[in-house]
Amino acid sequence: MLEISGLAKRYDDDAGVRHVALDGINLALGEHEAVALVGTSGCGKTTLLRIISGLERATDGRLTLRGEAVTGPRRDIGVVFQEPRLMPWLTARENVRLALLDLPPTTQNSVIAALLRDVGLTDFGEALPRQLSGGMAQRVALARALARKPSILLLDEPFSALDSFTRLKLQDHLVALWENSPFTLLLVTHDVDEAVTLSDRVVVMRGRPGRIYREFAVNLTRPRRRSTIEFQTMKEEVMAALDPS
Amino acid sequence: MAMTGGVSEASSRRNVVVRGWRRHLPWRGLVLPALLLVAWHVLCVSNVFTPDVMPSPGAVVAELFRLWTKGRLLGDVAITVERVAFGFLLGTLIATVLGALVGYSFIVGEYLDPTLQALKAVPSLAWVPLFILWFGIFEVSKIALIAVGVFFPIYLNLVTAIRSTDRKLVEVGRVNGLGRFDLIKRILVPAALPNYVTGLRGGLALGWMFVIAAELMGASSGLGFLMLDGQMTGRPATIVAALILFAIAGKISDALLVAAGRRVLSWQDDFASAQVRMGL
Repeated sequence: MLEISGLAKRYDDDAGVRHVALDGINLALGEHEAVALVGTSGCGKTTLLRIISGLERATDGRLTLRGEAVTGPRRDIGVVFQEPRLMPWLTARENVRLALLDLPPTTQNSVIAALLRDVGLTDFGEALPRQLSGGMAQRVALARALARKPSILLLDEPFSALDSFTRLKLQDHLVALWENSPFTLLLVTHDVDEAVTLSDRVVVMRGRPGRIYREFAVNLTRPRRRSTIEFQTMKEEVMAALDPS
Repeated sequence: MAMTGGVSEASSRRNVVVRGWRRHLPWRGLVLPALLLVAWHVLCVSNVFTPDVMPSPGAVVAELFRLWTKGRLLGDVAITVERVAFGFLLGTLIATVLGALVGYSFIVGEYLDPTLQALKAVPSLAWVPLFILWFGIFEVSKIALIAVGVFFPIYLNLVTAIRSTDRKLVEVGRVNGLGRFDLIKRILVPAALPNYVTGLRGGLALGWMFVIAAELMGASSGLGFLMLDGQMTGRPATIVAALILFAIAGKISDALLVAAGRRVLSWQDDFASAQVRMGL
């Protein structure tokens, strides 16, 4: 459903020096696939995700979603950022509504109620962002991203700022949402445990400019237990690909 | 046990009421004026200040009473407040429209901002002869001068506020398909509000400063005229009384603006808002 071929991103800094962030990226994502993009800091994972989301333009290459070129943000691409990015002046409910403004108000209200229920925040619709914990705020952001029923959900290290308990809980929650919905999931993370837990395929990026170095199919049954030998073996393989030293 | 609980509950309720009362009464802000009043009185009683230079607080109160009984005081206060109000509204309106345009569109900014920045450098009193020539010596020229004073703080704060809106929040609007109107209404305007309110307060303060200049340039009523009258007739008590009335009117108008600002900015999670919520 998502096809990327020969994608590159170059930019000039303020001093006029040219940098190449991404080069020769080829990647294909299938319908209802869960793919994790892992790599060390600065290898261009987030840049690639921003290009797919339409927030940035590639310098070269081709990017299509269901056959249509992606030239800007689209209704069928949902994004969850590293931080919740909630409007501090809007309640949780109104933050979700931002994604639904093209629907009639009565439909908006019923969709918001269903989304807040799905992310376990039915009782927090009227709360302002400052009244929510980090995990709750990120769940509101997840509800907002799912509001437009995207065909692909992009997540940019969405749980990295959370404590480990909340992170595990939200990972389980995300898997449950994905299993019960038709969307494709593309997760950027530097946490290999998270990548192996959530995805069907782990794509390893490396170098500067960032390139896709290897891909791993994750053929582990769900729910995945991190203590199993298979999980640990897969994790070590990915770790070895990330850092050849 | 039940009785103890009842007493404790009533006591706690009373404490909340007392805390709420203390929070809303600006008693801390009255300490310095009270000290200054005492010092002023002592200096007058001990003849450090002579009555022809600085009248005593009692003389100023007596002068206020005299003006009141002459039926002049309310009229002078009202006309000054009216001038500030109209000048403030006009300046705010123009500053908001131009500030929003320049803040939102860099192209519009490139056309307008350099000229407006140059006009900012013109001293306020330099406008007086031109405004008198254009609008005469009556109300319009005074309101125009006040509007000029009000304009710049509001314009500058609004432009800065819109341009410094967090890029990440704007991106949320973009990925969620917000059109230009919704982006402005739901993200840029609320994000700009804290600085805008600061600009309004700065503009209002300058409005009170400019009204004196406006009333000194040829008025027959108003607090500025009252001061001029006190100077011409050798009544320092009239001048001080007008100064105090200016301070009180300025403080009340600013407090109203702060209260309105607090209502629309109740979502803020900054240091000051946290202190207010904690009742400190």
